[in-house]
Amino acid sequence: MSATQGPPTATGTPATPVPEQPSRWNQAFREITTGNAIISVLAVVLALFVGGIMIAFTNDGVQEAAGYFFSRPGDLLREVWYSVSGAYSALFQGSVYNFRRDSFAAGIKPLTETLTFATPLIMAGLGVALGFRVGMFNIGGRGQMLIAAALGGWVGFAVDLPYGLHMVAALVAGVLGGALWGGIVGLLKARTGAHEVITTIMLNYVAFYLVSYLLREGFLKTPGSNNPKSPATKVTAVFPDLLGPTYTLHFGFILAIAATIFTWWLLSRSNLGFQFRAVGLNPHAARVAGISVKRIYVYAMLFSGGLIGLAGINQVLGTTTSGFGAGLDSGIGFDAITVALLGRSKPWGVFAAGILFGAFKAGGFSMQAAEGVPIDIVLVVQSLIVLFIAAPPLVRAIFRLPAPGSAPRRALPNVTQEVAAK
Amino acid sequence: MSTVAPAVQPASPAADHRPEFEVVTSWKAPIALGIFTVVAFLLFVAFGREGISTLRLSTSSDLIQLPDLELPTLVTGIVISVLLLLITGVSVWMVRSKRRVPIWLISVFAVLFLIGFLVWAAAGETIPVPGLLFGSLSLAVPLIFGALGGVISERVGVVNIAIEGQLLAGAFTSAMVASLTNQPLLGLVAAMFAGVLVSMVLASFSIKYFVDQVIVGVVLNVLVIGVTGFLYSQVMAPNAELLNQPPRFERINIPLLSEIPIIGPVLFRQTLIVYIMYVAVAVVYYGLFHTRWGLRLRSVGEHPQAADTVGINVARTRFWNVSLAGAIVGLGGAYFTLGSVGAFGKEMTAGAGFIALAAVIFGRWDPIRATLAALLFGFASNLQNVLSVIGSPVPSEFMLMLPYVITIAAVAGFVGTSRGPAASGKPYIKS
Repeated sequence: MSATQGPPTATGTPATPVPEQPSRWNQAFREITTGNAIISVLAVVLALFVGGIMIAFTNDGVQEAAGYFFSRPGDLLREVWYSVSGAYSALFQGSVYNFRRDSFAAGIKPLTETLTFATPLIMAGLGVALGFRVGMFNIGGRGQMLIAAALGGWVGFAVDLPYGLHMVAALVAGVLGGALWGGIVGLLKARTGAHEVITTIMLNYVAFYLVSYLLREGFLKTPGSNNPKSPATKVTAVFPDLLGPTYTLHFGFILAIAATIFTWWLLSRSNLGFQFRAVGLNPHAARVAGISVKRIYVYAMLFSGGLIGLAGINQVLGTTTSGFGAGLDSGIGFDAITVALLGRSKPWGVFAAGILFGAFKAGGFSMQAAEGVPIDIVLVVQSLIVLFIAAPPLVRAIFRLPAPGSAPRRALPNVTQEVAAK
Repeated sequence: MSTVAPAVQPASPAADHRPEFEVVTSWKAPIALGIFTVVAFLLFVAFGREGISTLRLSTSSDLIQLPDLELPTLVTGIVISVLLLLITGVSVWMVRSKRRVPIWLISVFAVLFLIGFLVWAAAGETIPVPGLLFGSLSLAVPLIFGALGGVISERVGVVNIAIEGQLLAGAFTSAMVASLTNQPLLGLVAAMFAGVLVSMVLASFSIKYFVDQVIVGVVLNVLVIGVTGFLYSQVMAPNAELLNQPPRFERINIPLLSEIPIIGPVLFRQTLIVYIMYVAVAVVYYGLFHTRWGLRLRSVGEHPQAADTVGINVARTRFWNVSLAGAIVGLGGAYFTLGSVGAFGKEMTAGAGFIALAAVIFGRWDPIRATLAALLFGFASNLQNVLSVIGSPVPSEFMLMLPYVITIAAVAGFVGTSRGPAASGKPYIKS
């Protein structure tokens, strides 16, 4: 930063204004305002603001009050405040703490819902983030989750094993299923150079139709039922509840934490992770350094698919144990991309982003029920957050923040070139 | 985002150490043809079905009535399988004599295989060929518009994953504006504006802020799904009779042309949007390869630095051509509401944008080939519809899967080589 360099030593041009040494407060302020964290926070604020505008504009009360705006303008403002604050407080009460409940145990239930919703988002987000770190874009979350659920779910309902072992077997089968579906992409990329964006999108559809078929006529079909839905998972394979049967939070959340730690270890402590990051930063340099880039592509997609497969099997063994349909992923595969972007592809960042999006999901449903605001607004807010975070200059321009590395505002009046030329 | 390397170049095939004069031949085409021939023999001969397959070639309203084509299923299957074997043999011979297998030979192979499959599937039943083709075209129209937009956008150097979002935005606004004004033409214009709007966000984020284009595209899709879904539930659905009853375009029969047997009713008894599509395909093709605009556009997508050196404003060219692409895709979105379905529904495009993207790549970034690819996808989906009516011998899911499997095979290089515009997906940072 030029601010720390002190007065310039060159004395050739006396017209150059000498920047004053900014105070320590000023420096601290600049460090905060130019950091990444502030951009993330402001992006969330901006997105919520835009979402608020949409809620207010489509609210019936607001539209009514707008009709007589010129006679009583206060009504409009009041209605806008009611609609937006009502929606967002419902969002908060549905995702963190419900003040209307008597006891703490009942009031905190929304937070456990949030964590339940966050569990698959964290797992799948880690998978997508791992792909990002290797320079690969895995949009195939849907397919990988479906195949994982198909294989793991089959082990879960068709095999008889003792308690505990059954769960582990189903987990392993699911993770392998996801890894298999991801590995195909890696293999295709390594062998033929097929772009992973296209192959993952296509494999999503292939998996969807394959699982639909298996549910209708194949080995996932419930005997004696025409419903395209699998049988319920056996009790021996179901994840145990973490906080008792009143809460939905299950063992999957522990797995999500474990997956985060594993991904962190893999990426920043292991030999393979070093190769992953090297390929992601510059595949040509990595090849020169003796890393087999093709092999890394395959490994990366195996791990990425495996983590997303964990999300798929989590849904079958933990969240909806009564059997699954072809709509099992319910958008998690795509949400995982935004989670990974929001978490800046760092394992713990993904963890935090997953919890935030889990909160949006949990709160979105209660917002829809309580205030009649469609849950689609959550999609809008989520995508805007990612858009804003991806373009820090835009957020800085909106909030008039200084760019990192730019010179601080000069204390002396700035002499423009036109004036100086006279 | 700095963590995503834009479009990692795959390592070049291990052809570096070969002497330069040796002609590199690929066995991919004969292998692929061989696999399909084996499938043909298995399906049409080994598991051949007895009976007569009837192909109806005319509809009752046609001027020239063609008699129904009645083919003995098993014999036709054997004949076609032998023909396929011959073509495979020719391709093997061509590769052995260091020649490329021409694309027309592969096309003939594909058409023969399809006819063989149709005949096999229709054993003891009747397939209405004009209906099959007509439905295929209707399903393909939005894909073709989407693919054209994708071709322009990628040729100018911006990966357009947001085709889905542009289609959906077009469908939503066209339904709303056409319902309000009772003018389908105004709906069409509104759809173009909506597509342009989505494109401009894509363009400004990727060109001005250098955000990874794939990321912007994916996020834009989610954003458009969210915005249209929100407005649909909140505004459109409660006032459906006012806001979601768009008038549809009337069918226009083109005199003489519409009376050509088989293809006449399919191609020339269509709505205005479909005729606009014919024109759009021709104009985009001519414009891209035979005008100054197209040359500039392609140069920016292939080598922006060189284009900049000769005085082409790369950022501006990219921005306006991506916007144009959005307008074209928006037209495709309008087809959902003003042409085929009628009323807007949540997420009604149902992944058509991604199939259009596949058509772009399958068509090797060429407007004509991409159109043909889109037609193929439309045909495969509609074939499934028709076969499910007459009782398909293949589970419908596998028919629906077919376009995606074909695309994977195409991207993996079994159908010729596919290489996109060199600078597609890479931001141009002027230094």
